[in-house]
Amino acid sequence: MSTQEISAAAVSPPAPLVEMNDISIAFGGIKAVDHATIDLYPGEVVGLLGHNGAGKSTLIKVLSGAYKRDSGVIRIDGKDAEISNPRDAKAFGIETIYQTLALADNVDAAANLYLGRELRTRWGTLDDIAMEAECRKVMGRLNPNFRRFKEPVKSLSGGQRQSVAIARAIHFNARILIMDEPTAALGPQETAQVGELIMQLKAQGIGIFLISHDIHDVFDLADRIAVMKNGRVVGTARVTDVTKDEVLGMIILGKCPPGAIPGPGALKAS
Amino acid sequence: MADQSNTGGPAASNEGPISRLIRAAEIDTRTLGMLAAMAAIWVGFDIISSILRPGGGGVFGGSFLTSRNLWILLVQTSVIAVMTTGMVLVIVLRQIDLSVGSMLSIVAVATGVLQVFHLGPALGVGHPAIWIIAVVFAIALGAAIGAINGVLIAYGQIPSFIVTLGGLIAFSGAAFLIASGVTVAPMDKTFKLIGGNGPAASIGPIWSWALAAVACIGIGIGVVAGRRRRLKFGFKPKPVWAEILSVVVGCAAVLGTTAVVNSYLYPPRVAERFALDNNIPIPPGVEDKAGLAICQAGDKVVTCLDGLTFQTGYPIPVLIMFAVGLVMTFVARRTRFGRYIFATGGNPEAALLAGVNTKRLTVMVYTLMGGLVGIAAVIASARLDAATTALGTLNELYVIAAAVIGGTSLAGGIGTIYGAILGALLMQSLQSGMALLNVDSAYTNIVVGIVLVLAVFVDQIYRRRVK
Repeated sequence: MSTQEISAAAVSPPAPLVEMNDISIAFGGIKAVDHATIDLYPGEVVGLLGHNGAGKSTLIKVLSGAYKRDSGVIRIDGKDAEISNPRDAKAFGIETIYQTLALADNVDAAANLYLGRELRTRWGTLDDIAMEAECRKVMGRLNPNFRRFKEPVKSLSGGQRQSVAIARAIHFNARILIMDEPTAALGPQETAQVGELIMQLKAQGIGIFLISHDIHDVFDLADRIAVMKNGRVVGTARVTDVTKDEVLGMIILGKCPPGAIPGPGALKAS
Repeated sequence: MADQSNTGGPAASNEGPISRLIRAAEIDTRTLGMLAAMAAIWVGFDIISSILRPGGGGVFGGSFLTSRNLWILLVQTSVIAVMTTGMVLVIVLRQIDLSVGSMLSIVAVATGVLQVFHLGPALGVGHPAIWIIAVVFAIALGAAIGAINGVLIAYGQIPSFIVTLGGLIAFSGAAFLIASGVTVAPMDKTFKLIGGNGPAASIGPIWSWALAAVACIGIGIGVVAGRRRRLKFGFKPKPVWAEILSVVVGCAAVLGTTAVVNSYLYPPRVAERFALDNNIPIPPGVEDKAGLAICQAGDKVVTCLDGLTFQTGYPIPVLIMFAVGLVMTFVARRTRFGRYIFATGGNPEAALLAGVNTKRLTVMVYTLMGGLVGIAAVIASARLDAATTALGTLNELYVIAAAVIGGTSLAGGIGTIYGAILGALLMQSLQSGMALLNVDSAYTNIVVGIVLVLAVFVDQIYRRRVK
């Protein structure tokens, strides 16, 4: 699978996995996302940076189906994709790990893992035992110390809850993964684990949008960055073409350095 | 407490034998507590009534723990219990339904008017189709009203408290208009059986035992099948003794309840009428005021200690309550619909992001609630043999109280069907126990109110300590 992709890439440049073109969404007169354009290639990690309220989470929620865009086009594998709810997004292989984790606290890990796509017996009833068995397998790979399968996820530690959310995102053959502040609630060791996981997933050809406040994290993990400010894209750049200081300038001032491709949000040269 | 697995980690070794037993058998201690409270109430009432009025024939000499009282208690619980099973799901979904009492009134009255003023004259009084049409109509009407509630809450985005508070006021007014302010009676003779009145409204001892046997076999098959599936997926199953214990306890509960309802005999006058109607010979005997049997003394039928008796067995409303409880438990625990209700109650945003259509779910839950109100309205009006606007008064509060006493959390996400039914039974026990002691209903209300608050208080402490 991966060798095929590489040989195909040698012949012609690969088509972007995701293109979000000219996306806008407003909430009661406030333009949360204003004509934003970003793309993502297979096996690539794109870091999405910006202040609180810059519009990065909103833009990504348009892709994950949580919000419906007002205008703009989403293309998956070069084809127009109609995404108007989370179910549509999942049908395109788009999975999201939300900053809040979006876990139902009162049910167990297996129920959360399969929420929205429960395994059922041939009578149409929930197959809890099969789901738990599958959950034990998945969690065994992700977090071998995880044992509390029968308890509501509310009683789990932050790291354990995180691994349930990650398991849910990667268990269903995701092709596009959105991670919104995946390490915000984690200790240093768990953060390193998430980093390793991102590298593994990348190697499998999964495209990842990584939203983070932490510019160091993003520089370590991402291939490219896109910076947003006031709902608009300031610019995109390969991490090798810009310095951390320049990226900080993009985030804070909206100043696009020479190594980056300016977007509509870039400060106009005076 | 740090990383304790449910499969019995090292922490299990420093527990006492009782907590080890409870853990191994996966017994819900909360339910155990509620059963203990119920037992205390029952024994308490029996003892107090034996002091106030000795010779009641109860287990402790009172008049509470008699088969007659327990039989009536079950019938009385059925209306509230049926509705409570729906209210659990509504509350688990983080919503509330204050309109169920008024909804019961409007459904009962509309169904009464339909069968008395329309179906009776059109089909002929006593036509066998009347009760079927009436029951279907009641459930459909309840479901329709519930669906309207649900649409207003989910799509109109009006808080459920307000929508159903409006319903509470408006439906009772509408019920009054439909009934033109009068009591609608009598009900169709087959319809009336659903209320549990009269010999034909119970299934008799043979069918009761047969049903109990089926239930017992069902419990056994369920436990064995569950164990097989666990083994098939390589899970550590419960210890064999724990499995056997759950079958034994389950069966004992079923058989015990059946023994109680079967030992309740038709009252002498009812038995006499039944014997005469069915040409059953009444044996000769000597009159005894304390007797429950009937005998022929000359040309008079009298009560006697030894003579003809008829056992009632399960009354129809109680069977409906059990059936509703079973179906609702299945819906809550084994279906996707039930899983979505719990997940949405736990975290509405998470459910939405997982692709659950929470709006449609809300409408479905309220529709189900309405359908159950329809069933409850049938039982209530059949039992009274009349439909009045007063029929559902205050029922919304009893239903919510029963759900909460039964362990449903008003914060959403937590609740069980069997807990709620037990809650309804506990509340009804208090009410009928105090009625038995001739306590003024004003005092009864005070006690029930205090018990509600106390139950939630104790539950909070329990939950905090378990954590």
